[in-house]
Amino acid sequence: MLTADNCGRAGLFPKFRKIQCIKSSSKICFSGGNKWGFGRFTLVCVAPTPQPATFEELAMPLFEQLYNFAHWLSKNREEAEDLVQETYAKALRGFSSYQPGTNFRAWMYRILRNTFLTSRTGLKATMTVPLETDEDGPVVVVPDSQTPESILLDRSNQQVLQDALQELPLHYREVLLLCEVEEMSYQEIADTLGIPAGTVMSRLSRARAALRGIVREKLKGAQKG
Amino acid sequence: MACEQWQAQLDSYLDGELSAEAMRSLDAHLRTCPACTADALSRVQFKRSIKAAAGGRFAPSPEFRAKIQKSIAAKPRWNWSFGWKLATAALALVLFAGAVTFYVGKQNLERQQFYTELADLHVATLGSANPVDVISTDRHTVKPWFQGKIPFSFNLPELQGTDFTLLGGRVAYVGQSSGAHLIYQIRKHEISVFILPAAGSAALFDGDSKVERRQTFNVEDWTQGGLRYAVFGDSSPDDIQKLSALLKSAAAGK
Repeated sequence: MLTADNCGRAGLFPKFRKIQCIKSSSKICFSGGNKWGFGRFTLVCVAPTPQPATFEELAMPLFEQLYNFAHWLSKNREEAEDLVQETYAKALRGFSSYQPGTNFRAWMYRILRNTFLTSRTGLKATMTVPLETDEDGPVVVVPDSQTPESILLDRSNQQVLQDALQELPLHYREVLLLCEVEEMSYQEIADTLGIPAGTVMSRLSRARAALRGIVREKLKGAQKG
Repeated sequence: MACEQWQAQLDSYLDGELSAEAMRSLDAHLRTCPACTADALSRVQFKRSIKAAAGGRFAPSPEFRAKIQKSIAAKPRWNWSFGWKLATAALALVLFAGAVTFYVGKQNLERQQFYTELADLHVATLGSANPVDVISTDRHTVKPWFQGKIPFSFNLPELQGTDFTLLGGRVAYVGQSSGAHLIYQIRKHEISVFILPAAGSAALFDGDSKVERRQTFNVEDWTQGGLRYAVFGDSSPDDIQKLSALLKSAAAGK
């Protein structure tokens, strides 16, 4: 492989007095003239294009996260396993249609979520949750100072938060998980859920408010009990 | 701006989704506003506790992982295209091998026919009442006789001091071209020497200048100076080789 370094030093072109090396994004071009000052030449060395990653190389690192997400959606080990298995099978079949360079993680999560939505549990979950029509409307912001988040940092109270998340309607639960656990950007979440990026922001606000409400109720109940 | 408006931006701020400019002004506000700072801190803690409670909450079993790994590793993406390439390569190889076998077989058959033709000529000529058209032991008589009868000229060796005798010559038609057919004698054995233009008959000879046994005769053939020579007879391979050597040096002009 010719590089800007070794072409000059190794004297591959001893006749050429001056060699300029111009590096562009995908190739390295050498250009110069011979010692008599005529006969300009340009040598283009195309850098080897990286071998496209195989499906396995791309998909297996996501395995644990996808399983966790599937379990949070379906709330059940067996169903989560079925869901993940079907996701991998579908993704492998459709891998030829996946465009390298686009967001593979969002692509996989989208397949998983669509698979879940067409499953029996998924259909039940979407039917019992009324879809909000004013998703893009203004969100009423409640000052957060009274909520007992500091309590949640206590390990013994993690169970309360987990239960609260389980109770959260599906469309709030998934958006919160993608944002907080998977740490996806709003755009990635929008790609995964197939909604506009603006909707992601408002839905996240509602989901957080709903989760706080449930946690507050639970802690109140616990204090009473 | 009122604190409610700042607080409306806090979630986007903590999610890292505010523009750089909006982020700078919110930073500036947080440095001066304890209420909003407390709110932001509380939201950060909330985010952290969700991540702690939900992240990695459910872990797949190692068996399930192995199952998935196996199901996708068995079918790598390039499987199909690789299979096709392999099949194409195999087919090309088979076709190539077939073509080579056919060609070699055809050539062998043609050669075989050619040597058969030479053998027929040799036997028929010797069996004839007038085997040669020019009867002379003198190469200076035989060679000029061919002028105008065949489309090339050749040199014949001086036989003085050898056991060979030139009996004479005739025009032979082999492989649809005319050439010289000379008959030599050694110890009662007659040897045919065929001299033909190389262009038409080159492919019909096997080319290596070695005495070989064909149709129960010993044969040596070679190409020299645009002509094909074939020395053909029932005498010993040694004699055939000697006569060939004489012809070769004569043709080389020595």
